[in-house]
Amino acid sequence: MEPAVHLRGAVALIGRFPALAGADLDVVRGEIVLLRGANGAGKTSLLRCCAGLLPVVEGEAVVLGHDLRIDREGVRPRVGLLGHQTALYDDLTVAGNVHFWTRAGRGDTRNADAAMERLGLAGRLADVSVARLSAGQRRRVSFAVLLARRPELWLLDEPHAGLDQRARDEVDSIVRDAAKAGATIVLASHELDRAEALAARTVQVVGGHVVDGHVEATKGTNRVP
Amino acid sequence: MWSTVTSRRRRGRTVFRDAALVAGKDLRIELRSRVGLNQVLPLAVLMLVLFAFALDPDTGVLERATPGLFWVAVLLCGLLAVQRAFAIEVADGVTDSLRLSALDPGAVFLGKAAAVGLQLLVLQALLLAGVIVLYDAAPSGWPLLAATCLVATVGIAGAGTLYGVLAAGVRVRETLLPLLLLPVLAPVLLAATRAFEAGFDGRSGEGWPWVGLLAAFALVYIVAGLFGFGALLEES
Amino acid sequence: MTAETTAAPTGTSSRGSRLLGVVTLAGLALVVVLAFVATAADTDMGESVRLIYVHVPVVTAAYLGILATTVGSIMFLWKRSEWWDLVAASSAEVSAVFMGLTLVVGMIWGKPTWGVYWVWDARLTSTLVLFLLLLGYQAVRRTSVDPLVRGKRSAIVGLLLLPNVVIVNRSVEWWRSLHQEPTLLRLDPTIEGLQLFTLVLAIAVATLLLGWLVIHRFRLAWLQDQVDRRWLVDAIDERRAEVPA
Repeated sequence: MEPAVHLRGAVALIGRFPALAGADLDVVRGEIVLLRGANGAGKTSLLRCCAGLLPVVEGEAVVLGHDLRIDREGVRPRVGLLGHQTALYDDLTVAGNVHFWTRAGRGDTRNADAAMERLGLAGRLADVSVARLSAGQRRRVSFAVLLARRPELWLLDEPHAGLDQRARDEVDSIVRDAAKAGATIVLASHELDRAEALAARTVQVVGGHVVDGHVEATKGTNRVP
Repeated sequence: MWSTVTSRRRRGRTVFRDAALVAGKDLRIELRSRVGLNQVLPLAVLMLVLFAFALDPDTGVLERATPGLFWVAVLLCGLLAVQRAFAIEVADGVTDSLRLSALDPGAVFLGKAAAVGLQLLVLQALLLAGVIVLYDAAPSGWPLLAATCLVATVGIAGAGTLYGVLAAGVRVRETLLPLLLLPVLAPVLLAATRAFEAGFDGRSGEGWPWVGLLAAFALVYIVAGLFGFGALLEES
Repeated sequence: MTAETTAAPTGTSSRGSRLLGVVTLAGLALVVVLAFVATAADTDMGESVRLIYVHVPVVTAAYLGILATTVGSIMFLWKRSEWWDLVAASSAEVSAVFMGLTLVVGMIWGKPTWGVYWVWDARLTSTLVLFLLLLGYQAVRRTSVDPLVRGKRSAIVGLLLLPNVVIVNRSVEWWRSLHQEPTLLRLDPTIEGLQLFTLVLAIAVATLLLGWLVIHRFRLAWLQDQVDRRWLVDAIDERRAEVPA
């Protein structure tokens, strides 16, 4: 089976800025990989690039079999991105948002209801306008949208940010279940202890490129000094 | 090869389904937020009032200018409706999600244009009532007036949605959109006003050619939107 | 996208463009002679009819420029080559200047001839709307820096210029034909013989001038882009050298 992600010397642009300046990364299917790095190093850009949102101008970039240099659009429906912004319509309810985005992603609305259930959004919260939710609750709704779509590749940018203890535990449990079901997970996090417990492998992102990106997948964590 | 033929037909069916999904979402947002109802409609009435102040109802100028003023008000409020339609998409990184979804961009275009168009038709109904009441207008030739409103609205919504997504991706979007859209809509204003004048004066026969021109405009922009919206959404 | 080092040209002229320039100048001289000396003044409008030899050719050339922009936009969307994008952009810019010139000449002509700066005749009105459309095109080009994004956005606006032109022209001409134009306000007197020849020659010269200007504007833009391209190599190096705080 082809790797989920294969980047070699990938240069990806945001306008004229090379957010990725020669990144190498290999992720095997079903793996959970953690991206570490300082702010501005390129973790978010690496995730967005794998989602097919950034133009790749040099190098190799193949995600789920799609060559990102020529077919960025093709990979998008198969990928789930949890970004910094929650990407929700303020004026719709929680249920309205989850259902809309599920149907937009050609998903099953039963999955949507199950996802809301799993994140504690069924019941009273389902009919609340997103505008009236707290930041942490909004993150949970975003996560529900991701979960409902059941993508093959999960790209999570700071999945624990803004969540309380119980929600963080739930997120970890969801991620583990997804990986067991065959999804590939790449996450970026500053919550090192929690994230390293989740991930099979850790890579360091510096200056738009990746250190140890194509190390063979190993069991256990790879602590980068 | 055959897989592309059948997939294209399947895509055709899903385009309308996706468009309905997007239009439904936009209209639900409007129903819940009531921006159109609470802000744009009062603004339209306000414009009628301001025109009356500027043109002095007693001199007869207002009466003769009613068709033109009606369409100027529609255009300006249409601008606001388009701005609002994209303001909700630009907020909170929603455009990323739209791009990541499996929605056909042409479908997103149709859906958003349909929602804007529907709101414009409601606006026009209110404005017509407004000019009948406030300007003492007595229009006849209702089939012509209705056809003009319908066809002009398709053109305004189509062009507005296409240029709206272009402006949405830009930081100076509030001033760029009018600069782009109003010269493009100038012929719509021209044609719709002439058609309305013919209708108001009871010379409906002279108005129908203008409706033809409006139809040509609408066709150009619906086609352009179906094909161009995706490329513009990509960069927003 | 490796940076190529070639000797930087010192200007935007070449043998071809210089030849074109000489021919244009010669044509211009001939037109001036014919327009001001050889042809007779119009019986109704007197000497100011000579401005038609500027007004009509310039606006005709501007329309040809818009056509070039539309073609360039379509070709860019098809071939994705920056060459076509710059052709479209340069034509649009020069056409905008020509349209502005048309409006100014119309105003110069109007005041002594009819006592007003502006009349809402079909040609002037269409030209004004098209001028505004071209300003919109320029505004769109200024919004992006990345050549591919800029190209796609401008190409869509650019290819819509042609249908917009057609629709604007049709509607404005139709509109103005509803009103009986007083004969005094005729912009175009009846012309024949040497006057017609001069007019056609002037249109040809204006087209050559448009071509010459577009070539130079294009080359300028092309050189600008070549300079800008070198940024990527430097930017990548800078980015990789970023040290975490």
